Amino acid sequence: MTNTYRDWGGAGLRGDDEEFVDMMEELRRSGDLGHSLRTFSPRPYEGERATSVSAGDLNKAVLESQYLRYIAKEIAKETGQSVEEVREDARGLMEEMSQNLQLGFIRLMGYTLSKVLKRLYTSVNVNMEGLNTLQRAVQGHPVILMPNHRSYMDFLIISYILFTYDIPLPVIAAGIRNAGMKMVGEILRRSGAFFIRRAIGSDKLYWAVLSEYVKTIVRTGIAPLEFYVEGLRSRTLKSQVPKLGMMHMVLEPFFKGEVYDITLVPISISYERVLEESLLAHELLGVPKPKESTTALLKATKVLQEDYGSMHVNFGRPLSVRQLCQGRIDRCRFNLIPRDLPQEPSAEAQACVSWLAHLMVRIQEDGSLISPWSLMACLLLQAPATVLTEEGLPWQQLTNKTLWLRKLALDFGARLNWPGQVPDCDVMSSTVALHRSMVHLKAERLYLVLDQEPARKSPVSPEEGALRVAAPVLMLASYRNQCVHVFARPAMLATAIQVAKTTQRDELFTVFRFLQDVFSHEFIFITEESSQDFEEACLLLKKCGAVHVSQQEVTVSEAGLEVLSFLRALLQPFIDSYQVMFRYLCENGEHVFQEQRVLPAVRNFATKLILSGELHTYEALSSDTQKNVLLALRRLDAVTKSRPSGQNEYRVNKEAVRRIGDMLSGKIPPQMLHTLPDARL
Amino acid sequence: MATNSGNGGSDRQRVAQQRLRIIAGHLRRPEDGNSAILAAEECKGHVSEKTDASSEGKTVPRRRQEIMKWNGWGYSDSKFLFNKNGQAEFTGKRYRLSGMIIPALKDWFEGTFGANVHHKSPATPIVTSSAVQPPNLNEAFVEALKSTGIPFSIDAEDRLFRGHGHCLNEIFALREGKVGRVPDLVVWPNCHDDVLKIVELACKHNVCLIPYGGGTSVSSALECPPEETRSIVSLDTSQMLNESGYCTGHEPDSMEFSSLGGWVSTRASGMKKNVYGNIEDLVIHIKMVTPKGVIEKSCQGPRLSTGPDVHHFILGSEGTLGVVTEVTMKIRPLPEYQKYGSVVFPNFEMGVACLREVARQRCAPASIRLMDNTQFKFGHALKPQVSSLFTSFLDGLKTFYITKFKGFDPNRLCVATLLFEGGREKVLQHEKQVYDIAAKFGGLAAGEDNGQRGYMLTFVIAYLRDLGMDYYVIAESFETSVPWDRVLDICRNVKARIVYECKDKGVQFAPLSSCRVTQTYDSGACVYFYFAFNYRGLSDPVHTFEQVEHAAREEILANGGSLSHHHGVGKLRKKWMRDTVSTVGLGMLKSVKDYVDPDNIFGNRNLL
Repeated sequence: MTNTYRDWGGAGLRGDDEEFVDMMEELRRSGDLGHSLRTFSPRPYEGERATSVSAGDLNKAVLESQYLRYIAKEIAKETGQSVEEVREDARGLMEEMSQNLQLGFIRLMGYTLSKVLKRLYTSVNVNMEGLNTLQRAVQGHPVILMPNHRSYMDFLIISYILFTYDIPLPVIAAGIRNAGMKMVGEILRRSGAFFIRRAIGSDKLYWAVLSEYVKTIVRTGIAPLEFYVEGLRSRTLKSQVPKLGMMHMVLEPFFKGEVYDITLVPISISYERVLEESLLAHELLGVPKPKESTTALLKATKVLQEDYGSMHVNFGRPLSVRQLCQGRIDRCRFNLIPRDLPQEPSAEAQACVSWLAHLMVRIQEDGSLISPWSLMACLLLQAPATVLTEEGLPWQQLTNKTLWLRKLALDFGARLNWPGQVPDCDVMSSTVALHRSMVHLKAERLYLVLDQEPARKSPVSPEEGALRVAAPVLMLASYRNQCVHVFARPAMLATAIQVAKTTQRDELFTVFRFLQDVFSHEFIFITEESSQDFEEACLLLKKCGAVHVSQQEVTVSEAGLEVLSFLRALLQPFIDSYQVMFRYLCENGEHVFQEQRVLPAVRNFATKLILSGELHTYEALSSDTQKNVLLALRRLDAVTKSRPSGQNEYRVNKEAVRRIGDMLSGKIPPQMLHTLPDARL
Repeated sequence: MATNSGNGGSDRQRVAQQRLRIIAGHLRRPEDGNSAILAAEECKGHVSEKTDASSEGKTVPRRRQEIMKWNGWGYSDSKFLFNKNGQAEFTGKRYRLSGMIIPALKDWFEGTFGANVHHKSPATPIVTSSAVQPPNLNEAFVEALKSTGIPFSIDAEDRLFRGHGHCLNEIFALREGKVGRVPDLVVWPNCHDDVLKIVELACKHNVCLIPYGGGTSVSSALECPPEETRSIVSLDTSQMLNESGYCTGHEPDSMEFSSLGGWVSTRASGMKKNVYGNIEDLVIHIKMVTPKGVIEKSCQGPRLSTGPDVHHFILGSEGTLGVVTEVTMKIRPLPEYQKYGSVVFPNFEMGVACLREVARQRCAPASIRLMDNTQFKFGHALKPQVSSLFTSFLDGLKTFYITKFKGFDPNRLCVATLLFEGGREKVLQHEKQVYDIAAKFGGLAAGEDNGQRGYMLTFVIAYLRDLGMDYYVIAESFETSVPWDRVLDICRNVKARIVYECKDKGVQFAPLSSCRVTQTYDSGACVYFYFAFNYRGLSDPVHTFEQVEHAAREEILANGGSLSHHHGVGKLRKKWMRDTVSTVGLGMLKSVKDYVDPDNIFGNRNLL
């Protein structure tokens, strides 16, 4: 029957002894210019229709397509425009969107990037085995490159690597804002980027042009297609619930039989230190993100003066969509409408696409490398804020605990980026040195580096003081998030054991599933695989000796208390943040909120609670967490969303929210919640 | 096509005559409908004449084994073999290719399949009567049958011949000397009344009847259901045919051997359907004997609005409802002029686009077929050594790539073969129209000979499978129909699926996986797939083969193809019937079966 994540997932991805090669080493030998002028001779796609298609031909094929003609007629009828006018609009959209991949520009980019990479990173590591399989895969079926998205650096690094290793260069789906940047937009375009608007909404023509553009790229196999299944760059460094629109477009040619198969290549990019780290934290705290402009980029050049440690790009095993979809999709269903006319995706197709998208994110998680700093961040966040800001955390204690956590992470199957030849204490101290923007070591104690004080002289208000702590805490949280997927399932079981106060497996499973529902937008779960998730959690906790597992029961072992309390503490900030939001929604008199207003209001509410000592986590201030709560509540049908005047409005069922809060705190036993199917596109 | 005359005009004439004889063999004399008894006597008299004539090969005799292979395709005297010099030749005198050496075949064969002419997998030479189980006879039925005087036999060979069609697994088993359940008795009615009697007796004595036409089924339709416990009687209709003087134009590839009744009950399709139509377009009137009685229409009006057409219960009923005893078909004067042709396209995509345009303009010649590159090369390998007919095109083609038509990739180009029929002026005009369209799709006229050869191969290709099986190569073809917009997708995907499945199932050498578009319609086309592989190293080649074939059919359906264009469902494709016609549709068909044949006398268990 159908496969699950376990059949495709990380275990298979992991070569027994995976060899990462440092590209920088080679580059330092050969020189940047030599690299950018290298002979580029990729073995191209051998598909039936693969003749060299220029960017212009591609645009023309899209505009001339039967599909677009049909849609243009429909729109003309709906709007009263002439078909020619609609087609003219489509041409305009096409122009705004289309890529113009040119090898010359890749060389130019390559030259610049070589310089930048050498300055920023001590090493850029690539798994050769993955590249070799990719090289073979691109000759077969159309290839979709699916990296995770944590930094602007992601955008060009893949092209850079493929250029270096003679693999056809991808065309890349990018956010439209990049296109607006002078010159940079054009350079990106010529490096293979095509641009997608952020909020497409119900713009029918735009959808049509975009989807035909994407589908034509896949059908013709003119180049590998690269896109971020998570949609946006993750502000929290945590995997995001995948967006399905692009995934649908990419997969449809297979569903319709327009290609024999499609190869998905999950790629995990891991940064020891992320370029945008402080920018991200401020965004989450409501300091608006600067518009992506060329000058802003230039200002960022001071960023270039610093050391960002190592980067790992892990090319996952290429996956066959045909095999993945076996038993999940009845392709016959796609044949009852002429091939080139629009079709509404069936429920089955939506479920399949959603499953696949989640699967890819899970595999990206599995493929990522976890740095020592990420483990340390987990532990630092479990110390009270005052310890970090005032007393300092004893260095030795942190070292011991980090080494303990390293073992646990390995037991849970994580891949670590922990240098092998260096003594552990040196690893630790160089890690702290790398992250001196966040912590500093003084007299064998570790302190958090607080955010800069505002320039003005007036005394700092308590709220402002809280923000100064919040920024580095959220930065820490982001680094913790890099490894949170490793612990998420066992941590939920650990929490379930505490909440349910029972050892019965089936009851624990009910709580476990409830937690999955509540945190459905916080961590990546594959909807239909919760029982496997539960099994996995049991297995891992058993493996590290924390619990005994029998047919009916899961019992805590004496030796397991340390593990369980660590795992519970890992999840605690999330639970606390959610409870704050629930409380706000229930206690506030209104039933209808505007999204724009509710987020600052919750932030204020949470700040007060922090200052009064009632709330112990600064993570409740993160707008990302707040948005996730709203999404989860919508999914649980406790909140409904509408857009009466272009503004997102939420109507809250206070009773339902209160009940969810009570279940989360263990006051009432959880029951199966009614969840809405994910119908977002 | 029996002779190899050089002269084009008279040659065509001769070919036409020969075809006419074959078709005529299947035709029933125009009905006067006066007296059934008279008709019966007449046909009896005729049969005795036919028995004498059978050695000339005009009609298949009662004892098929006298002229036909028991474990392969066609006539015993005609077969491909590798001679002592390692060269391929085709024996016999019946076909244009007969007696010729085919020099390039060996290299193509060895190269394509990784086979070797020294590695033989010979068939069991003779079948021993002991291999065939003794008949399970219904004594009362046999006694009653004797009293009617209708000829019948319980001879092992006669029964063996009626127990199979030409699916790969059936022939493979025979070559290994393995015989499963076969009919217990073979009966040869001479006319409608004989059939009435047989069916009546079968009902009375609860005997299972399986109608038999030409034995060319490729759907396991003739396989005796293993769960059948009653005595099985094969009702061979081959002796019920009369000669006439016209042409129906219905020419399926199996037309030398298949029968009119078979065409009707499987919804057959002929090569020239563009001019003459498919069987459902050709039939005017059908008489069928069922356990409930005789079904026929009361008139021969060209079209009726009298509810659903009852003919359509019969067409494609695959022997599950009764025996077709009389068919009135449209006839046409022999075509005044025939002309072959061919067009080379730079690639298959262009070829399909051209065929679609031809269909759109409704100017398809009597036949138009588009072969993919693999088949084009295969055709090249089948070029005989010395022949005026074959000199021009293919030899010239090699130079023709590099010189005049540079830019055609020999590994991508493909060829369409054409056959025009009609008045001379019209044919020439028509020809020009088609070539003009082809030119728009990059097609280049590539000569008459190439076209003619393509059609000749149609009739010998079935013999080639037997050659392959002598050297560890098994092969099968299957067909589908598909809307125009999915033709390219289905061709690509099904071919690819075959290759992947073979690899997956442990086939050591890459298979041959090829297709051609053989018929055009307004809204789509009929596509044929061919696949073959070397089975050395496989423990159960037939099982592997069946898995691949099953996967290929799944792929066809997933790509919008039909379950069958004209081969029928039989037992081979039964499992997909529900999905094909929906549960309600299947129920409708079942209710007809339940009404017409409640005791399942026609118990071949095809279709439903």
